[in-house]
Amino acid sequence: MTATMEIVLIGGMALVTYLIRYPVMSLVGRVQLPERFIQALKYVPVAVLTAIIAPAMLLPQGRLDLSLTNASLLGGIAAIGIAALTKNLLITIVGGLLIFFLLQALLV
Amino acid sequence: MFLYAYSQMLQKHAILRAMQRQAFIQGARDTIPLVLGAIPFGIVYGALAINSGLSGEAAFAMSALVYAGSAQFIAAGLVAEGVSIALIILTTFVVNLRHMLYAASVGPFLKHLPESWRATLAFFLTDETYAVSIIQFAKEDRSEHPEWYMAGSSAAMYINWQICTLIGIVAGQRFENAIELGLDFAMVVTFIGLVVPLIITRPMLASALSAAVSSILLNGLPNRAGLLIAALIGVAVGVIAEMLQKDSPSPIASEAQS
Repeated sequence: MTATMEIVLIGGMALVTYLIRYPVMSLVGRVQLPERFIQALKYVPVAVLTAIIAPAMLLPQGRLDLSLTNASLLGGIAAIGIAALTKNLLITIVGGLLIFFLLQALLV
Repeated sequence: MFLYAYSQMLQKHAILRAMQRQAFIQGARDTIPLVLGAIPFGIVYGALAINSGLSGEAAFAMSALVYAGSAQFIAAGLVAEGVSIALIILTTFVVNLRHMLYAASVGPFLKHLPESWRATLAFFLTDETYAVSIIQFAKEDRSEHPEWYMAGSSAAMYINWQICTLIGIVAGQRFENAIELGLDFAMVVTFIGLVVPLIITRPMLASALSAAVSSILLNGLPNRAGLLIAALIGVAVGVIAEMLQKDSPSPIASEAQS
């Protein structure tokens, strides 16, 4: 990525983020957000993050890989288990990475 | 006579300043647990960003100017995938839309203040500062100096986020080759750790599963446009599932009601 592209990227991200945070804070009381919209917002983080996670686990090389030599898939399933049990971000990251590297060492 | 009035005014001013300072410190202090929680997150972001192909300056500028944890993570991930800039900005918009809710929720407590306060505090409105502030504002009937309380919370979060980003950037540069292999996967486990605890209802599960399946099926689309479409499908399925659940309560829901 060139320096110009980075400036456009970060400038654009900064702008849209501020334009989400500021106008509503200023206009509050004068406008009411539709209920359906508020309801939909709850699902945004889960849907976006899952849409990133699933291909990274199932298509690590760009092709569907459901074999037992797919360390990303097995490590991901392990991390989902850890996350469900502990609900702790740090334990999930450390545990998931350890299992991933262990699998890679065993599978190679 | 004049001197007396002047000294009274100064005294009032000093009391006001002391109360503002107290609100600021309390806001910062109440945010400490969340600051600690953000530390690994900030370091991982810095290391991820530097290995995704962003320069050190850009990785830091994102923390300093965008200042939105999960959006920064996703942006770094998308840069690594070679997604177009327009699509990354659009994704940032969608991911940060929840901040609109926060703004709508804290807005009434800041209504009486000069516009410059809202314009400033809006920039620093993160999940953490929102959570701490709204709990504080709800606790008291009339919160004293809510703007200074939020400013204290914001300062604690912001300074910590910048320091952790820098640590992550340095660590990422030093161990570039060593962690390159696992870096994609570090992002995956980070997101898993964020998402799984959120999936506590059936509509949420339906949303996640539909987003997962769609993202696999749509993976071949150019510029990774499939990611955004899959996310929108996930949101739509979640909303529809919630509507269906309300219409005909599932066994779990009716148990909970009785």
